[in-house]
Amino acid sequence: MSTVTDLVQWGLRGAPLPRRRALALRLGAVLAFLGLWSLASGLVVLLGLFNPIFLAGPWRVLGKVAALAVNGQLWGHVAATLERVAVGFATGAALALGLGLPAGHFRLVRNLLEPIVEILRPVPPLAMLPLFIVWVGIGETSKIAFITYATFFPMFLTTVHAVQHVDPLLLRAATSLGARRARLFFRVVLPAALPEILIGIRLGVALSFFVIVISEFIGAEEGLGYLINDGRNFFLVEQMLGAAIVLGFLGYGGNGLVVLLERRWLRWERPPTS
Amino acid sequence: MTMAGPGGAGGARVQIEGVHKAFGLDGRSTPALIDVSLEVQAAELLCLLGPSGCGKSTLLNIVAGFIPPTRGRVRVDGAPIAGPGPERGVVFQEYALFPWLTVAQNVEFGPRLMGVPAARRREVVARYLDMVGLSEHATKFPVQLSGGMKQRVAIARALANNPSIVLMDEPFGALDAQTREVMQEELSRIQRVEHKTIVFVTHSIREAVYLADRIVVMTSSPGRVKDVFTIKLPEARDRFAAEFTRYESEITRVVKEEVAKVRE
Repeated sequence: MSTVTDLVQWGLRGAPLPRRRALALRLGAVLAFLGLWSLASGLVVLLGLFNPIFLAGPWRVLGKVAALAVNGQLWGHVAATLERVAVGFATGAALALGLGLPAGHFRLVRNLLEPIVEILRPVPPLAMLPLFIVWVGIGETSKIAFITYATFFPMFLTTVHAVQHVDPLLLRAATSLGARRARLFFRVVLPAALPEILIGIRLGVALSFFVIVISEFIGAEEGLGYLINDGRNFFLVEQMLGAAIVLGFLGYGGNGLVVLLERRWLRWERPPTS
Repeated sequence: MTMAGPGGAGGARVQIEGVHKAFGLDGRSTPALIDVSLEVQAAELLCLLGPSGCGKSTLLNIVAGFIPPTRGRVRVDGAPIAGPGPERGVVFQEYALFPWLTVAQNVEFGPRLMGVPAARRREVVARYLDMVGLSEHATKFPVQLSGGMKQRVAIARALANNPSIVLMDEPFGALDAQTREVMQEELSRIQRVEHKTIVFVTHSIREAVYLADRIVVMTSSPGRVKDVFTIKLPEARDRFAAEFTRYESEITRVVKEEVAKVRE
């Protein structure tokens, strides 16, 4: 039977399955996906639908990734992409928190920043990429600035919303216990807003992997985006798919890091049952 | 700042003088409270009783300093209040515990802000958790507690800050009937030790008669003071005593007049 509290606690997916079954299901899903992919690429060859070079089978793609890893080329690209993502995202997060926390807390700051953000926000970040290149050149800075720009908005907006919508009852309770100003902010507003702020951070991490590829299409000599674009130029479909899969895993890992932070900082939301 | 030991700072006197409150825009504001004047004696437990929407919670919020009165003023031991302050502890119907803090950390919140040294804080937390019977649950988080337990933590948190006044806004309103009676008994027992000045908002007549030294019955909206009853019953009260029932029916009659007015 599902109750409202179950829904609140577990979401629409319901209570978690026992661990081993969940793991088996996940593995099964991955294997099924690989199976379908093999089947599709096999049918292309068998039925002569189109040139099989366009849809390489999973084993060839994974083989290509393994080959790049063994000869060492892969790591340079991964490192280049990760460095851009790390610096770009960190700068975006620092700006989003640095401006979003005061904007959520102080109406004056909010009224100053919100109109600017609301006008810039609907402009697709992609539209700004050529501008960044014109401004700061085609090198690392424009790529990093692009990630910073794209990730800033969702993180800024969730931070403002989180701080602004802290339960007023908690604020009343805190002020009646003697909390004011800085201590009210750091001991009540910030921890109360943290869950939603972390949701914004997760969005930011996902988005930075999203946009890094685009900036690496243009004027990059390294990086997974470069690897994909290079693959396109030379019809190396295996390399394109391989780089995309590696990107997927990196994004998955980045999300995992935020989940770890959430487990650590938001332990109170689901404490272990004693 | 007095950080008195067990026994607390005792109660302070609260004077509510000609308080009016109107909500809404100036042109078309609705009055919520009209000319409320009351004096709560030190260490007295005063119940504000009245039908829903009579403004009793509004009055409590004004005394807490959460909202300003439109006219009139509130003084604590002679000094006019300006905003909320740690000498007026508040217990809310919705508990308002800090969910990211453990039970012990919630209780410790006020003393920490006041700069009470760690060793003394531990004593205070232990004392008040013991008083509300939650010593076993000190390291739990609020999500792990039942409603009754949460309200015990909220009461311990308010008392640990050593306020001279405790304002309680229908604190047991969200609890089931059995838990509610147990909590009333606990509060009455705690008050016999702590001697705080308590303003307790409720719409339960039985609850008011069980707890109060005095009961202020308010009129239905807009709220005025309709009647004041002094309850002359022993400290440990028996809900089935003839005297108790007499107070109950007398006050019920007065409250019913107000409820009937709302229906008209």
